[in-house]
Amino acid sequence: MKNYSGKPLVILKHLSLLLGASIMVLPFIWMLSTSLKPPHEVLSWPPQLIPNTVTIQNYVTVFATAPFARFFVNSVLMASLSTVAILITSSVAGYVFAKFNFPLKSFLFILTLSTAMVPLEVYMIPLYMSMVKMGWVNKFIGLIAPYLIMSYGIFFMRQNIMASIPDELLDAARIDGASEWRIFLSVVFPMLGGPIGAISIFAFQQTWAAFIWPLIITSSRELWTMELGLGMFQYRFTVDLGPINAGSMLSIIPVLIMFLLMRKKIIQGITLTGMKG
Amino acid sequence: MKRISTESSPGRKKLSETEFKKRVFAYTAILPVILIFGFVRIVPIFQNFLYSFFQSTIGNPLQQFIGFTNFKDLFADDLFVLSLRNTTYFAVFVTLFSVAFAVLLAALLSTRSKASALYETIYFLPVITPMVPVAVVWKWIYDPTYGLLNYVLSWVGIEPIGWLVFPNTAMVAIIIMSVWKIVGYNMIIFLVGMRDIPESYIEAARIDGASTMQVFWRIIMPLLRPIMLFVLVISTINSYNVFTQVFIMTSGPQGAPGNAVRTIVFDIYENAFRYFRTGYAAAEAVVLFLIILALTLLQFGISGNKERRDKRRLLRKGGLV
Repeated sequence: MKNYSGKPLVILKHLSLLLGASIMVLPFIWMLSTSLKPPHEVLSWPPQLIPNTVTIQNYVTVFATAPFARFFVNSVLMASLSTVAILITSSVAGYVFAKFNFPLKSFLFILTLSTAMVPLEVYMIPLYMSMVKMGWVNKFIGLIAPYLIMSYGIFFMRQNIMASIPDELLDAARIDGASEWRIFLSVVFPMLGGPIGAISIFAFQQTWAAFIWPLIITSSRELWTMELGLGMFQYRFTVDLGPINAGSMLSIIPVLIMFLLMRKKIIQGITLTGMKG
Repeated sequence: MKRISTESSPGRKKLSETEFKKRVFAYTAILPVILIFGFVRIVPIFQNFLYSFFQSTIGNPLQQFIGFTNFKDLFADDLFVLSLRNTTYFAVFVTLFSVAFAVLLAALLSTRSKASALYETIYFLPVITPMVPVAVVWKWIYDPTYGLLNYVLSWVGIEPIGWLVFPNTAMVAIIIMSVWKIVGYNMIIFLVGMRDIPESYIEAARIDGASTMQVFWRIIMPLLRPIMLFVLVISTINSYNVFTQVFIMTSGPQGAPGNAVRTIVFDIYENAFRYFRTGYAAAEAVVLFLIILALTLLQFGISGNKERRDKRRLLRKGGLV
């Protein structure tokens, strides 16, 4: 009986999965294809998924007519510095919360964790005003300031340190006369490979994709990130669809490469942390 | 006053030298992190509440205390009420559709295989991609004259639609695009949940003669309830924060008519950073915060109650209550 009722269902299942998957990838293929088309083909009708002539002209144009090289460098700088900062703050705080006892510890831990549920959009106005006071508006430091910490990073590090680093190991190092910082740097930190990998991916992805904060904190193009530059150029200036799609490709590629290389880890980590805050 | 002495004083345990060093390390290490947190998050969150009770001028958010006036004005402001309604509409539909599709996909992919791993990757692709480039390409897909969507629809004889041009379709278009963006995330969470369900439960039901549909609705779905709640709440919260795709798709000549898809964060952004009505915009942010808080508490409340109920049931079973 199974054979009769099962077969059509299995076919239906695969057809719907395939249809869904093509809807998922089609916009990406469309982006890639448009970015490789010469100007007269971009607006051809009917639309063509595969360009007749493949050209990298749009990629040249996007760098030549708009400061996209600058935007790219800004994004790379912002995302990597933010990742490093988040790794440092998360591992230090995660270690302290995992292995030390002091008054106010749980209060501070809950305080850092509970802010994760409040999105930037809720407090961006006072944050912006603080930046005005500090003179950090339209400066790189103002751009990166909200991205130096990550609640889930701290939480994740704490969990990992509690699970994987025994107290005896730390005590042994203390008996050998190592200072606390020394213990952190040469005993604890080298053991954090796993969580460091996972947190780097989230941190980089999150900062790279940031839009509303760069939008309000920067005023000069020199500081624009890839996302902001794309968002602005797609309507404010007359840049054609070809170059805009080339720019879009460039802004996707770094994250895409990371994802394809570390797919398993990303998916696991995301289900654990919720990828926010 | 107690006498401070270097010898151990009675009643108070003196920290040993190691303990003292540990304490010093803990404080010096955590202090900078807490300071950054305070500066970029905790203080601004509290300040936002403060701002919402003040009339502001450019450069001075705390010009004059006006109590709840900002909030009263908000709910008399057509644009704010419209953005609140639009955002709710957006959040409800994005959540419903993304959850429904995600459950379906997870059900289809729950048996591990090479193909399912590939599908997982593909469906997850939009989740990790930044919003701006995908919003840009979707805007182009929705183009009334040259867009891919109208072309595909023309195969079945549907006349070209100005997706982002008209208020009704603009909202639908942005919802479709947003469902496409997050469905993979929800799917992965459901997959984890489904793969955790012991095979023996399903086999037992099958032996008792349950059909596939019965197994799904009577066994899998009830077991997924906590995960379902989590996904519903997270999706709704994230949808209430919608901004980037609205900003991209409403800007420029191909863009949607502004107010049709005006959302809360968009309204906050315009009031605060275009019209410099800081206090007013802060009040809007407070409303957004309260919505998010309510949703979070709802989740904790329901799952908390459930746990308590389960515990009570367990105790009763054991004859303890």
